[in-house]
Amino acid sequence: MKRAIMIDPEDTVATLLSDAEAGEPIYIVRADGKETKALKAREPISMGHKVALMSLKKGDKVMKYGAVIGQAIRHIREGDHVHVHNMKSLRLVIPLNASRIPK
Amino acid sequence: MEFLGYQRHDGRVGIRNLILIFAVVECVEGIARRISEQVKSTVAVTHHYSCLHLGNEQVVNTMLGIAENPNIAGFILIGMGCEAFRAEIFSERLSKSGKPMEILGCREMGGLVRTIESGVEIARNMEGEISTQRRKPFALDHLVVAVKCGGSDATSGLAANASVGFAVDQLIKQGASVVFTEPIEAIGGETELYRRAAHESIRKRIEKVIVNEEKYWKMPGARMEFMCKGNIDGGLSSIEEKSLGALHKTGKSPIVGVLENSARKCERPTAPGLYFQDGTHLDAQAVTNLAAAGAQILVFTTGVGASFEGLITPTIRVCGNPTSFKKVKSDMDINAGTIIEGKESIEEVGSKIFREIIEVASGKKTKLEGLIPGVFDVLRPDPRLDMLAGISRRL
Repeated sequence: MKRAIMIDPEDTVATLLSDAEAGEPIYIVRADGKETKALKAREPISMGHKVALMSLKKGDKVMKYGAVIGQAIRHIREGDHVHVHNMKSLRLVIPLNASRIPK
Repeated sequence: MEFLGYQRHDGRVGIRNLILIFAVVECVEGIARRISEQVKSTVAVTHHYSCLHLGNEQVVNTMLGIAENPNIAGFILIGMGCEAFRAEIFSERLSKSGKPMEILGCREMGGLVRTIESGVEIARNMEGEISTQRRKPFALDHLVVAVKCGGSDATSGLAANASVGFAVDQLIKQGASVVFTEPIEAIGGETELYRRAAHESIRKRIEKVIVNEEKYWKMPGARMEFMCKGNIDGGLSSIEEKSLGALHKTGKSPIVGVLENSARKCERPTAPGLYFQDGTHLDAQAVTNLAAAGAQILVFTTGVGASFEGLITPTIRVCGNPTSFKKVKSDMDINAGTIIEGKESIEEVGSKIFREIIEVASGKKTKLEGLIPGVFDVLRPDPRLDMLAGISRRL
């Protein structure tokens, strides 16, 4: 069973606690360990990376820890991997050459 | 709760008995290193900001802070003899420390070989002198603990930093001081930090440090990585996300002070509680700044499993990523990956970290202590950049 942690009820992303394959169900748990819902990973997502809990429009805020961690730079669907390819900081933008995603 | 340490004349307490071999200018760095290689209790340091004094005031303040760090039991200052950045700039204040001190000038000694020979002899004698000192029990209000993260990933906020935060709150409850820095990793976490400021004046100082840091990294041309590849590979997508995870290592205690670290002064904690130091997130310079602020010990949290050891401050590495922990188990002092695996709670790991801090403070060697010369580097923000960006480091 693949799990992802939703740290705050206001979060729009959850952090994977183990690697998930595309199409695999992910169970979303809260900080207290209670399961809230399940969704399907639309693509492979590594442990520690984020999955979208809902669909986000370009410009929507991305929430984790109950706080804004950046905004969507393109449309994001529920179950998508959320990372530097589809979100960015509102404060300091990471230079492009640093924004590599492991294959 | 008590720990066993070495009493210093200024009332502070060391957890190690080190002799500092300080090359006051970089051209004699090799001499300091050769001496240090031959005498066990020594550490060799220098900085790389030239032998000219004017403009290097922050370097002077940092190095004074290092020499006055209670883990340092004595020092040998080495100069070439032609520099403006002279050993006397330091020795005037350091002679009041009550610690043994010697000054060597390479030209006056008759060159490099003689300086090394003489330095080794002096260091050996000093080692003998300090070896008679014995550890005694002290309350935790004599302990200054630094916390810093490096090689963070998405487990950091959930495991390593969260459990260190628990230990930090316990330390503070028992009277210790805890210092954190890394102003860039406050960006995005301001709401939480402002809420924890003990007074309005402290909130303002926190704000000033963060605003300065954001200006510094937004300077035109500053196309630099401020998050490492490991952070991004590990799932961190923005500085806000990294900050919110990083701040967990400071626990929930109020922030009782902001430490200035500038050309004017290098402040250190004056009472128990949690302190935020102006400085940097860059590992080597940050650990040096923290030691200059009087920290005797460093707790270093990591996700990717960075084998980091400070030179002046024995370092407890806490790894929160179970995969990384398995890979570099021999270098990690505490496994917080068990939190991710659901085998241990934050409180359980946090209590282990607290106990480890007391043991290491009392003399227990960390996993990497003594295996390599630890990391040391001096931060000197470029005064021209500060002026261009409108940054004043006076708090």
